[in-house]
Amino acid sequence: MLATIGVASIDELFEQVPESLRLGRELDIPTGLPEQAVYAHLRDLAARNTSAEDEITFLGAGMYDHYVPAIIDMLMGRSEFLTPYTPYQPEISQGGLQVMFEYQTAISELTGLPVSNASVYEGPSAVAAAGYLAKLANGKTKFVVSRGLHPHSRETLLTCAHGYDIEVVEVPLRDGVTDPDAWAAAIDGDTSAVFFQQPNFLGAVEDAKALADIAKDSPAVVVGSYDPIPLGILAPPGECGVDVAVGEGQTLGNRLDFGGPSFGFFAATEAYLRRMPGRIAGETRDVDGRRGFVLTLQTREQHIRREKATSNICTSQALNALAGVVYLGWLGREGLVELGELLLQRTAYARERLAALDGVAALHEQPVVREFALALDVDGLEGVRRVIGRCQDAGVNPGYALGQAYEEHPTGLLVAITEQRTRADIDRLAEVLEQALVAERAGAAAREVRA
Amino acid sequence: MSEMLGATPMQREPAVTIFEKGAAGRRAFVAPESGVPQRDPEELLEPRLRRRTPAALPQVSEPELVRHYVRVSRRNFDLDSGFYPLGSCTMKHNPRLHERVAALPGHARLHPLQDPQHAQGALELMWNLEQALGEVAGLPHVALQPSAGSHGELAGVLLTRAYHEARGEHRTKVLTPDTAHGTNPATVTMAGYEVVKVGTNPDGGVDIDDLRSKVDDQVACLMLTNPNTLGLFDPNIEEIARLVHSVGATLYYDGANLNAVMGRSRPGDMGFDIVHYNLHKSFTQPHGGGGPGAGPIAVSDRIEPFLPRPVITRTETPDGAVFDLDHDRPQSIGRLRGFQGNYGVFVRAYAYICSLGSDGLRDASEIAVLNANYLLARLRELCGEDLPLAFGERCMHEFVLSSTPLKKATGVRTLDLAKRLLDHGFHPPTVYFPLLVDEALLIEPTETETKETMDAFAQALAEIVREAHVDPSIAQNAPYTTPVRRLDEAAAAKTPVIRQPAA
Ligand SMILES: Cc1ncc(COP(=O)(O)O)c(C=O)c1O
Repeated sequence: MLATIGVASIDELFEQVPESLRLGRELDIPTGLPEQAVYAHLRDLAARNTSAEDEITFLGAGMYDHYVPAIIDMLMGRSEFLTPYTPYQPEISQGGLQVMFEYQTAISELTGLPVSNASVYEGPSAVAAAGYLAKLANGKTKFVVSRGLHPHSRETLLTCAHGYDIEVVEVPLRDGVTDPDAWAAAIDGDTSAVFFQQPNFLGAVEDAKALADIAKDSPAVVVGSYDPIPLGILAPPGECGVDVAVGEGQTLGNRLDFGGPSFGFFAATEAYLRRMPGRIAGETRDVDGRRGFVLTLQTREQHIRREKATSNICTSQALNALAGVVYLGWLGREGLVELGELLLQRTAYARERLAALDGVAALHEQPVVREFALALDVDGLEGVRRVIGRCQDAGVNPGYALGQAYEEHPTGLLVAITEQRTRADIDRLAEVLEQALVAERAGAAAREVRA
Repeated sequence: MSEMLGATPMQREPAVTIFEKGAAGRRAFVAPESGVPQRDPEELLEPRLRRRTPAALPQVSEPELVRHYVRVSRRNFDLDSGFYPLGSCTMKHNPRLHERVAALPGHARLHPLQDPQHAQGALELMWNLEQALGEVAGLPHVALQPSAGSHGELAGVLLTRAYHEARGEHRTKVLTPDTAHGTNPATVTMAGYEVVKVGTNPDGGVDIDDLRSKVDDQVACLMLTNPNTLGLFDPNIEEIARLVHSVGATLYYDGANLNAVMGRSRPGDMGFDIVHYNLHKSFTQPHGGGGPGAGPIAVSDRIEPFLPRPVITRTETPDGAVFDLDHDRPQSIGRLRGFQGNYGVFVRAYAYICSLGSDGLRDASEIAVLNANYLLARLRELCGEDLPLAFGERCMHEFVLSSTPLKKATGVRTLDLAKRLLDHGFHPPTVYFPLLVDEALLIEPTETETKETMDAFAQALAEIVREAHVDPSIAQNAPYTTPVRRLDEAAAAKTPVIRQPAA
């Protein structure tokens, strides 16, 4: 090969690199290992994590331990889906393009909105992408954000909005939901977009229609960040006056994976079709009249529009979106509703059962569908952390310490339910939590005596 | 020609979506018993808040679902079954070991909010990956959070903004070369800066005079990739870095082309302040038909305070190293997404680095450059007149040909060449990028292809060029053998049908 090129050595091929910039030593990285040794190392690292396989977990707060059906592993592992690039050559990418088209249809059905793209990275960055859409659409100067929006979404939005110089105003919660008066007071003629989450971070179902109605007379784009699973039973954003619905797609057939990869969905009213970020697949015909699919409306995108693009996104999360559409097909029309009703019943049971324990109260009384917030009678966030630790020692992860993100709820505990958490699991949680609280109170008393 | 051949079996099979299959009441999912005392559902969730009509999702059985998606999958070309020399995309082999280790429940079922005490393996993996990536780039601080290259770019330009703001400066412009990928200028606008283009010199590098005339104290950053999108290493990079730093701006490295220089040359040593990596390119995360990827960034000391949070920390204790997540980073630009990033991608990239090691990474880059130069030499020999190299004599890991002479002689365009390659069973190169080159073909074979594969590709391209001189209409009407033939993209954009119409 060197002879064909006409050089004597590989080094000659690197002659363009100035002498002073050649590394001239080995990288300070261990030398390579055979496959079985790499497997063993990665297995050892995995063994030092406590996964949902190792404990009964009620941890949610944005990602949830739903069951991933086996067919998803099989389909995601197929070379034809796993190893192609973005479908730049549609004639040999009909598989991926059709999946995108089906995915867009499923998301459109789920959200009740006519337009969906083929996925963005994940939930919080989808919220930020909706903000950028609004900024380009109306050029206003302010985002109004409910404090019920996931803390990571709020922070991501803030990070990105700082770049294009938009002010972000936060609206507090009252009784567990977005305070409608403060929401109304914050929205005005300068508001570019308003953001809420359904259900909100405390698990409470918001009155989405009321929130959207309040924004109706302003220029604001109404953005709702939705958990897709309860959409089997909750009014879809398209029926509530929401302009852009986004959300974290992990719950649709994707693994927890310590936070990713999953996908973000992004759906909107017709008015925003040409302002959407990311890829969109569209139907067309080939020269012989056959039905086919292509990437379409590409004049929105970075490779065509460059600095005027509606987003910079290029590589997205196509494989995870495939898992999403297969999952929705697997659940099916009735299954999504049944799953929603099942979670509703179990969540209600769990909330009642746990709130009845000594030293535990419901943090709010709003309707909940898959997650709820409790207030523990312990000494602040550290007390909650100790209780969680004790429960984990007994093999149950009781949930998320709310005080980490909500200083107004230092003793809050956020408990999530999936179809994998049975009544027996919930009863076990009640038992373990009760014991942990008794131990915590005893510990607190002992600490007091010492002090 | 298609009439001559007749339609292929796959062409005779019409595309039918999952929404057009199935029948009322069919299903795959079986809901578990709730097991708890049933309450009145409307008491738990009042009708006002409820969905009235179910989402019109498919109604199919599991066998239907499996058959549908397996058949649909067959309408894709993929890297496992064929050569994929898509320039700038680094379509190297995806080892299946990576899928196996990523699927271990200790990784795959780990909740992102698990207490760090119970996620020590994951944090150690991420720490180790950061160390290795930092060493490859020659920059000491790595943040894994961004989800793809363009997301890393956004992080990088926002870091630049934070850096200048911390010094009380408000700059307005970011420079990008005219060879830049579209994500660069798109990112610049998202980060609130104005794009200023810098020209390319006759050797394919940055036009230094043009750069000199454009750097001033309003310039926040210059975004470059080196080797650039022409596949050429810019030998003036040290001079470029000096110019950019002389006005206090940062130098940003688009890591899409890192596969050319791993273990041979490091962006940090070239003077870059901020680098992004595409783990789905250089580090073999399978591309999944358009993601997932990951776009970690590495930065120099002066940028470090602004890194996205949380950052991973490592503390030596008598019981060994302990890893944690540090959220207390007052100067941080904040988050760019939820949780800690695309961890599943980190597992794969880390497994790759463990497999290759320092020697293997350098080998990978050397062979990538060798392969590209070999394929270039073969193509110059076979069709150099019609498809000349756009710039220079040799290349790094990829190269750009221009089919302008062929177009002048025969009317066959780059697009036609690409479509005709499909009939030969190859994925075409990247076409019409970089924009600077007319009728561009950007070709990147990667290190994992054999000489035989490259020879076959060169022969096929030569055959298509020969055929174009005889009968240009063959390429102009190609492809013939793919599941569908040339598609009407204009019609798709004119009257968009982007979902299955409701029944
Ligand atoms: C040169 C260059 N820069 C940036 C990108 C964007 O990377 P990503 O697709 O990971 O966002 C690409 C990807 O194609 C590229 O080729």
